[in-house]
Amino acid sequence: MSLTQSPAAIALNRFGLGARPDDKPPADPKRWLTGQFDRYDVRPAAYAALPDAGKAAQDYFQALRQRLTARKDAKAEGMDPKQDAEAKQARQMIFLQTRDGYRAGVNARMAAALGTEAPFVERLTHFWANHFAISTEKPQVAVFAATYEAEAIRPHVLGKFEDMLVAVERHPAMLFYLDQFRSVGPDSRAAQFVAQRRPDKTPGLNENLAREIMELHTLGVRTGYSQADVTEFARALTGWSVGGQGPGGGGRGRFAMQQAEPGQFQYRPNIHEPGARTIIGKRYDQEGEDQARAVLHDLATAPATARHISTKLARHFVSDDPPKALVDRLAAAFQSSGGDLPTLYRTLIDSPEAWAPGAGKFKTPWDWSVSALRGLGRRDVGEMDIAPMVTQLGQPVWKPGSPAGYDDIAASWAAPDALMRRVELAQRFAANMGDRADARALAGVLLPGSVSPATTTALAQADNAPSALALLLVSPEFQRR
Amino acid sequence: MLPRRQFLQFAAAGAGAMWVHPQMALAAVPGDRRFVFIIQRGAADGLNIVAPVGDPDYVRLRGALAIDPATAMKLDGPFALHPALAEAGRMYAQGQALFVHATASPYRDRSHFDGQNVLETGGVTPYEVRDGWLNRLVSLMPRNRDEAIALAPTVPPALRGKADVSSFAPTALPQPSDELMARVGRMYQSDTQLDALWNQAMATRGMAAGSEAKGQNPAELGKLAASFLSKPDGPRIAMLETGGWDTHTAQAFRLTAQLKALDATLAALRDGLGPVWNQTVVVVATEFGRTAAANGTGGTDHGTGSAAMIFGGAVKGGRVIADWPGLSQANLYEARDLKPTTSLDAVIAGLTAETFALDPARVRTTLFPGAPASRPLEGLIRA
Repeated sequence: MSLTQSPAAIALNRFGLGARPDDKPPADPKRWLTGQFDRYDVRPAAYAALPDAGKAAQDYFQALRQRLTARKDAKAEGMDPKQDAEAKQARQMIFLQTRDGYRAGVNARMAAALGTEAPFVERLTHFWANHFAISTEKPQVAVFAATYEAEAIRPHVLGKFEDMLVAVERHPAMLFYLDQFRSVGPDSRAAQFVAQRRPDKTPGLNENLAREIMELHTLGVRTGYSQADVTEFARALTGWSVGGQGPGGGGRGRFAMQQAEPGQFQYRPNIHEPGARTIIGKRYDQEGEDQARAVLHDLATAPATARHISTKLARHFVSDDPPKALVDRLAAAFQSSGGDLPTLYRTLIDSPEAWAPGAGKFKTPWDWSVSALRGLGRRDVGEMDIAPMVTQLGQPVWKPGSPAGYDDIAASWAAPDALMRRVELAQRFAANMGDRADARALAGVLLPGSVSPATTTALAQADNAPSALALLLVSPEFQRR
Repeated sequence: MLPRRQFLQFAAAGAGAMWVHPQMALAAVPGDRRFVFIIQRGAADGLNIVAPVGDPDYVRLRGALAIDPATAMKLDGPFALHPALAEAGRMYAQGQALFVHATASPYRDRSHFDGQNVLETGGVTPYEVRDGWLNRLVSLMPRNRDEAIALAPTVPPALRGKADVSSFAPTALPQPSDELMARVGRMYQSDTQLDALWNQAMATRGMAAGSEAKGQNPAELGKLAASFLSKPDGPRIAMLETGGWDTHTAQAFRLTAQLKALDATLAALRDGLGPVWNQTVVVVATEFGRTAAANGTGGTDHGTGSAAMIFGGAVKGGRVIADWPGLSQANLYEARDLKPTTSLDAVIAGLTAETFALDPARVRTTLFPGAPASRPLEGLIRA
């Protein structure tokens, strides 16, 4: 169904993260959006308070070592390592560390979304984090999830696509998530060394990251690359690893590796597959780390990538099936600017399709939660624990379960049970507000010039203030943007 | 439409009979069949689930990952069942489990997301068909509504489409007041999309009211599915989702954990259904298989052919169906994957047609409209 929407409401909700009770509807919506490029805070206080990747890694790897030592000791004493008290304690510590780190990260993400003065750019950080999705089923990924967004996504959201791509593919969260850190060239020094001594343990290639870079991060599926291209790219990527983890970190004599910071990117020549590679008809004869870097450059600037990114951006902001003319225009802007992201965003803002009244997008659970809390005037997380809340709504943060990230279409989110859960949570939010807010007045602020007669009637007829607030938060207008 | 609307108005009036299901009057015929689709997202490794331990090339390809026949349950022919599937093995011994090997959807590339799209839409190529085959199956059922449920907060693509379906999963959130729900229902009446979703949600909550199943662990999921499917007026089709099958690394450990979870779901479903289990067919399938050879990191990469598993008291089980292509290098698909020799679409068409006594040709053209002319498999289900 189509809802009328004013340009101010579109700027606040479709582009932004939802209005706050004290927001004035922007008089010049386009300028309000582009002006945010200067107001965006790369490292807001909530993120700055989190440990960086290096610290997170140190703590995590130290706990892993403690568990290993405890298990070894137990074994040496003829005890069952699973029953050993020290090993159990170490295991519990790893669990708590991982869980608490993850929850603190999700709270920081929400705090940034609530406190920001640049909600459009903040939304874009969520968009890109989902495009370059990681998923925290693997504990090492959970440890790095927040730092991944802080270090690989946020600094590049107003930069070049290629810079974000490279930061992403070098980040330990991605190297762990898609198994790259342990992929070994079959003819590399390390593989040869093992093959001579333990032929049954010879390490080898893992093509997971190579495939997903082509399919999900850059070109897009069915754009002409082959299985052979994936395997060749996987060979080129060997050696991209993480300090303190995975094979090829040792080496002797002139092949000895320098000690890298644990949890930081490390290139390991000992596991890199030697030789030139041919990928999508182009030969790459660079040495070592530069080889995969050169491939990434070509992927970042390929026309198929421009089209893939433009389609996803248009789908996120305009409609589940974005108009072709809009995608064409965005792709041309991406291509001609060399993947300059602000140019891409300006093209989007200048496109009439993006301002068509009639909310075309059903909010995801994350979107809905952020806009509901902003709408109620929350500027920080306070005592709330955001991660379990958003999980109950069906979209656990940084855990889409697949490297494709979460779907960006209504069919994935508009479902009977999902709707009921929003009503449940809306009731809880509203109960906490008591009668401190008048939903009838608030509706006009959050959805300026865009409240339907049915919703107006429902709010007016509600029997108490919290009921009216809950109704506003689950109203058709507020479910969409 | 009428019963629905009356129901809502009744509920909106604040009457105590909030949870009376509008379809209660249409008591189902005893002996009605149930059909459950469990999707394995991430490409499950059929070669280590229903392991061809008797194939001369198996150990060479799998090395340390190979399933040891001494620990596995012996099945038909060269096959053995992964030891983590203890309950599934019991079902096999009782003639309630059937495995189809070297099977695949028509999809032949190695993208999870395209592969899942083909598996769920029933198309031949990704994104050519917009709704899911399980939803189109609902359209062939006599009741044609309230027939299907997704045991998840949202509706997975296989179950999306024109026919109304529901979704449900337990939450830790507090139940809204009846008063608020009635008001929400009224507010949504002028919004076609939300009105339909809301009505489904209300009806489903009503059905779940008596269920004791909580939480999201694998056994609870099976129990919850059983609680819906065993109701005489409840849905007869359910879909469950499982993830985590993408075992590029540490496969031995991860696959065991995955299969233990699946085994627990299946056992809880069987136990929860009680006598209805004898009328039930469960199919477990994945988007594609994994490489025949182990990779360099203790796992396997994206492949092609895999195994489908079929369970239930209505199944003519105790068998493995496979036109086994063999694992010698010359017989592998693109020199790396298990070659698919049985169409998964033909398996699903045959299963659903026999389960619900529908015309197989009509099922095939409705569920798999673009499928090559493969005939639905026959004789999978007890008459």
